[in-house]
Amino acid sequence: MTALQARAMGRDLVRRDGQLKVTGTAPFAYEGPLGKPAYCHLLQATIARGRITGIDTDSARAVDGVITVLTPANAERLASTEDKELAVLQSDEIAFRGQIIGAVIAETSEIAGHAAALVRVTYAQEPHDVELSADRADLYKPDKVNPSYPTDTAAGDVAAAMASAPISFEQTYTTAMYHNNPMEPHATTAVWDGSLTMWDSSQGVHSARSTIAKVFGFDNEQVRVICPYVGGGFGSKGTPHAHVVVAVMAARATPGRAVKLALTRQQMFFLAGYRTPTIQKMQLAADRDGRLAAIAIDVVEQTSRIKEFAEQTGMPTRSMYAAPNRRTTHRLAALDVPVPSWMRAPGECPGMFGPEVALDELAEQLGLDPIELRIRNEPSVDPDSGKPWSSRNLVACLREGADRFGWADRDPAPGVRRQGDWLVGTGVAASVYPTYRMAVSTATLRYERGRYVVEIGAADLGTGTWTTLPQIAADALGVDVDDVDARIGDTDYPVASVAGGSSGMSTWGTAVVEAARAFRDKFGAEPADGDAADGSVGPPTGKYAMHAFGAQFVEARVHADTGEIRVPRLLGVFAAGRIINPRTARSQFIGGMTMGLSMALHEQSVLDPRFGHVVNHDFADYHISVCADVGDVQAHWIDEYDPHVNAMGSKGIGEIGIVGTAAAVVNAVHHATGVRVRDLPVTLDKLLAQLPPN
Amino acid sequence: MDTELSLYVDGAPHHLVVDTRMTLLDLLRERLGKMSPKKGCDHGQCGACTVLIDGRRALACLALAVAHGGCEIVTADGLGHDGALHPVAQAFLDHDAFQCGYCTPGQICSAVGMLDEFARGWPSAATIFMASEPELDHDEVAERMSGNLCRCGAYANIVPAVQDAAGQVAPR
Repeated sequence: MTALQARAMGRDLVRRDGQLKVTGTAPFAYEGPLGKPAYCHLLQATIARGRITGIDTDSARAVDGVITVLTPANAERLASTEDKELAVLQSDEIAFRGQIIGAVIAETSEIAGHAAALVRVTYAQEPHDVELSADRADLYKPDKVNPSYPTDTAAGDVAAAMASAPISFEQTYTTAMYHNNPMEPHATTAVWDGSLTMWDSSQGVHSARSTIAKVFGFDNEQVRVICPYVGGGFGSKGTPHAHVVVAVMAARATPGRAVKLALTRQQMFFLAGYRTPTIQKMQLAADRDGRLAAIAIDVVEQTSRIKEFAEQTGMPTRSMYAAPNRRTTHRLAALDVPVPSWMRAPGECPGMFGPEVALDELAEQLGLDPIELRIRNEPSVDPDSGKPWSSRNLVACLREGADRFGWADRDPAPGVRRQGDWLVGTGVAASVYPTYRMAVSTATLRYERGRYVVEIGAADLGTGTWTTLPQIAADALGVDVDDVDARIGDTDYPVASVAGGSSGMSTWGTAVVEAARAFRDKFGAEPADGDAADGSVGPPTGKYAMHAFGAQFVEARVHADTGEIRVPRLLGVFAAGRIINPRTARSQFIGGMTMGLSMALHEQSVLDPRFGHVVNHDFADYHISVCADVGDVQAHWIDEYDPHVNAMGSKGIGEIGIVGTAAAVVNAVHHATGVRVRDLPVTLDKLLAQLPPN
Repeated sequence: MDTELSLYVDGAPHHLVVDTRMTLLDLLRERLGKMSPKKGCDHGQCGACTVLIDGRRALACLALAVAHGGCEIVTADGLGHDGALHPVAQAFLDHDAFQCGYCTPGQICSAVGMLDEFARGWPSAATIFMASEPELDHDEVAERMSGNLCRCGAYANIVPAVQDAAGQVAPR
């Protein structure tokens, strides 16, 4: 791998799509100018388990302007029902409350919504089971965890170490059920005229195409998916969900006419994936100097009965700290609940909560600074794979963060600092995220009318792809970045991997570098108009353990009388390889940290065991951090260039910002109050009874 | 039921027949193709649909179209003049006060309306002493902008963008 000279990379360039975004004129999936489209409104099951015994659509069909009503009785049979989440309207079975059981297609959205309310459904209801707990008898061991990691790992003897070590520590931590909730609701505009064109809000147009082609039995070439702008996704738009199948069915029911389908905010709590709640039993054994003899995490979480998603919550414990005795396990309960899926940093995000709070508790027991405890347990190689690190600068992040945050004078005693009515504390936690590169992606470099053009079906979720791909291409070609354009978000461009696992820039950027190399080899420094060359990503070498690392620092203030929690300061320092564009990178880091703050203090989907639905299924009740919840948020990074990850030397940065933040908040709240909260979110009711007396 | 309606959108007059159930947001997006105001929740809980109605910020998803005959509606697409971005929009661009951009038009309309409210002396929950001249400090801006959700978490850039623009936006 030849290193690129960074000229455009590393420059603070304004987003190329910025002008469209600030005027609201960047066309999202629902917003194409398509003549007179039809509108599709979904019908959802009101029971969590059972069977439909009848659907009366007569009143709905009688409404002027209704085109048709799709139900399991009349919907087309799909070519593949292998993926049960996508096997929509194929049977009368109900597997979770909110499952799609029909759709009204009408001339306007008002008519579709009104007619949907007139459909009458009867059910044969069966008892449902939606309650996760660690002592269920039916917990099972999945074959692998997302995407394809071993379910359990073990080395040495944790039990023996726990019994013999001078210090042993065991606690259970829980994270809540969370919903991704991108601001742009999932939306599809679909047109069928013998072939299918979809404007679909998607993190990967090519993977969306192949999924839909398989479900309907189309050739890939029959399907075009377009998505130049994505209004946030955070994983929930990484794979097509059931509504996309309905949008295509609706388009095929009205050939030649575009059909628009957008999930309502409420529907997103049933149909667009979510993060499973997790129960994490942590065990740590250490000597009196804080050197770990054992580290173990046993995870219990849920999946749906119709489709397995096993969040890899134990993953970070496998690699983060040195210890001769180690264990990770994952056990699942398959419940009558909606299908869980990816949400920002699946695995690492919940999986760095238990361990990073446990380390804080251990540090307190040992009377050791929590930063020093982490430094003492730095592994020289990856404890999981035994491979050397491509680069690991966690210690540098902790030290620089401590300097910037003002950690040096910290009094470790909890619950003793009071400013007016407020108890004040600080906390720290570490972050980690693997550096992935996907196996398949191709870019075309083209010379057109005196400009270079990069074409690849990549996505920009606000991540900056429109701006950063030309920066990479410019350096790969040795030209000015202003002479390079990008074309992305369309299956008419070469195949691109999904924007997931923070792998986008590593993967697509590598393809762009390869295309530039092929272009120069073929056409030299003075190409002719129309010259074009392709380049593809190759397989990773597999010689190194490749991760980004970070350290998160939090100041928390807790009101001494009311228990109200405020976080005036969040500071993160990251070691994430070369930063391609500091402006968009900073936004990704602070965005991840802000979502982590939101997870720590606000977010929790409350599942009602009686009915099997999330009761707080809108923004009035599912609270995400608002502007007034967020104070000073700073993201910094150390100067890291990793020669082993890719030609850019860059690591993914879209997810690491959320990892560790919630633990740092909990640790800071403990330092402020002396109250240790082990179950997210940290809300005032969990503090009030134990706050120090005035 | 349908009814006739005339209104102005971004300076242009429109006369049309609308379903009386239609929200102002759906009128803008689905009838007039004005996609700048976004639908994030349709329940007045997220602020993505914020527009200016006769100069004041309002949630278009909670406004019935038929109740707005004769009104002047301004979206984020209609804020600028002579091809130049509105100072608030320019400040959002300068501060990278967004990522995905879906909440952004609503944030910008909200900020424009909010700065006008502030200039008129309207208090907020963050305003401690109304007798004195309140400053447009972090807490004032953050409180007054908290009706506009941003899932990308750009708040730490939105506040300085609004403060930056405040100096350049003349009070009405």
